Amino acid sequence: MEFVVMSLLNGITYGLLLFMLSSGLTLIFSMMGILNFAHASFYMLGAYFAYQISTWIGFWPGLLVAPLVVGAVGAAIERYGLRRAHRFGHVAELLFTFGLAFLVEEIVHLIWGKVAVDYRIPVELDGTLFTLFDTSFPIYKGFMMLISVGMLLALYMLLTRTRIGLIIQAALTKPDMVEALGHNVPRIFMLVFGGGTALAGLAGVIGGNAFVTEPGMAAAVGSIVFVVVVVGGLGSLGGAFVASLLIGCIQTFSVAMTLSITDVFALVGISLPEGSQVARLTITQLAPVLPYVLMVAILIFRPRGLMGARES
Amino acid sequence: MKSSFVKRLTLAASVMLIGGSAAAQVKIAYIDPLSGPFANVGDAGLKGFKEAAEILVNQKGGIMGQKLEFTGFDNKGSPQETQIQLKAAIDQGFRFVTLGNGSGAAHSLIDAVNKWNARNPDKTVLFFNYAAVDPTLTNEKCSFWHFRFDANTEMKMEAISNFMEKDKSIKKVFIIGQDYAHGHQVAKYTKEMLAKKRKDIKIVGEDLHPIGRVKDFAPYIAKIKASGADTVMTGNWGNDLSLLIKAAKDAGLKARFFTYYAGGLGTPQAMGAAGENQVLQLTEWHMNVPTKNTEKFAQDFNKKYPGIWFYYLRVNNMVEMVAKAMNTAKSTDPKAVALALEDMRFQNDTGEVWMRKSDHQAMQPLYISIFSKADGKTVKHDSEGTGYGWKTLASISQRDSQLPTSCIMERP
Repeated sequence: MEFVVMSLLNGITYGLLLFMLSSGLTLIFSMMGILNFAHASFYMLGAYFAYQISTWIGFWPGLLVAPLVVGAVGAAIERYGLRRAHRFGHVAELLFTFGLAFLVEEIVHLIWGKVAVDYRIPVELDGTLFTLFDTSFPIYKGFMMLISVGMLLALYMLLTRTRIGLIIQAALTKPDMVEALGHNVPRIFMLVFGGGTALAGLAGVIGGNAFVTEPGMAAAVGSIVFVVVVVGGLGSLGGAFVASLLIGCIQTFSVAMTLSITDVFALVGISLPEGSQVARLTITQLAPVLPYVLMVAILIFRPRGLMGARES
Repeated sequence: MKSSFVKRLTLAASVMLIGGSAAAQVKIAYIDPLSGPFANVGDAGLKGFKEAAEILVNQKGGIMGQKLEFTGFDNKGSPQETQIQLKAAIDQGFRFVTLGNGSGAAHSLIDAVNKWNARNPDKTVLFFNYAAVDPTLTNEKCSFWHFRFDANTEMKMEAISNFMEKDKSIKKVFIIGQDYAHGHQVAKYTKEMLAKKRKDIKIVGEDLHPIGRVKDFAPYIAKIKASGADTVMTGNWGNDLSLLIKAAKDAGLKARFFTYYAGGLGTPQAMGAAGENQVLQLTEWHMNVPTKNTEKFAQDFNKKYPGIWFYYLRVNNMVEMVAKAMNTAKSTDPKAVALALEDMRFQNDTGEVWMRKSDHQAMQPLYISIFSKADGKTVKHDSEGTGYGWKTLASISQRDSQLPTSCIMERP
């Protein structure tokens, strides 16, 4: 029981962080049709900016300032880079974001070096929030959950309750019509791109000190956010939310399984030959692969994702 | 006029040539991760080697008047990249290489060095291993061209299991490690030796996780907790260890950790007060082992490189032993150096280091220590500014650390 509850809490915390990362990617992807390979790089920038700001004026101002700076960088990249690349079609855009990811990593190497920086959890948040059975749950994980849920609510309100949200939703499906009505669609795209990267930046601010702030952190989450977007479905924030939590829990619980492949097959009545290397692998060892297995399965059986609005 | 100009030119050129060779250095290529998840480990190692070469060799006259120098080659922790970097080092004229992080990379390097030396007997290369501890490197795969300056996993587990044998409070052990040669070996020897020495100890779990990729160990800690383990055995290093201990601290896990590498590279900071009397390590040295020179060396190092704490005595051992071998052999030819290094007995600050001839495995005193509050007496120095430091619980003499080897060495 204790184990299930704690694993669930761990899974949800991780899932919420994933959601914060992938919500921006989903927005950008579904609205602009851009597969932003550099999205995780903005997550990394968020962590490094927050680290830098925290050494000057502390963690709390950084929590606010760093995502804004990342958003501004994102908006500028859209305005002066991506918009030009857009003229040459989707392949040019794709290659642009692909190159951008490498560029950001090299810039991080140049400024902060190849070694992880010492970005730490603020003292106020370092401690135990509550003790369940007799496992303690750290304050910082609660804080991460709070920020992600707060952000989800804010995003939902913005998209459904404000005028700009209405226009964004409309531009999502019928950009030509929205433009004909006199709205500046390229500017909306810039805002969405900036907003999406700011969300990734925010994820970096709170993920960077929970884990490690290092130049490899973008690559570490880069592929998993695409899994979230594909599994959740295009254009669906709700789908991204469900997919993030699902993948968070799959990762956490699969670590806990002591079953081996042989045992799994035995459950359905197939006995594998003894002694083979593959048959002895445990589910724990397979944990890192499982999200990708899920992605492939979704692509085969339900190409529009769990809650996707459209197929492409 | 013209001929005297030519003469002068030739003279100048020859002076430059001679001058060049007088200032020549003995160069050692340091092939280790300088980027990627273990960049901090590789970076600290390189700084350690540079400092040791400067203080212990170059300031004392060098090697036959030449300076000893270390140059970093980034293998990104990968076995494939290790071979590429070895090639690059050889092309730049390096005849000595050192590597420590990752037995996978060490296996790759020992194979590449053996192959190179078989094909280029006049341009041989020598491999000094300062930290890769997979026992096979000095057993089945032992090579004349490889020397190991750290105790291997079999020796370390022998010492740790002897210690566990006497501690009757240990009942349930959980083994967690990185999923590659080293992690597998730690798990194998833990199980084998505990089964022999303490039949009553139950292994309640065994997990191998992908190396350098897990950023949140909370799920693993939940599993350890659910298993009811009172003791955790791990060979993890770098961030894989500090994040593991950090997650254990966050979840309030009250098990004791037996480690190889908790003494440095951010792990003491990650555990802080939560590590008190919970975390043990087996090392060849720690700051509270009384020594003549190493204490000062470490303090100077820590001052010079803020954020990195001196931690590897074996780096100093290696540098001094290699320099001694070259000075004794009066040569920097890899084969001559190897012959001088074999069977060398070297007095360091903690006792005698003996490089066994039969397998090229260094034998040295070892210490088991526990993380305790610094009190200015037995725990004179704290670790990484945490207020906690290492207190020796057991010392293993060089003789007791020796184990037989299955090495059948092919000698040139």
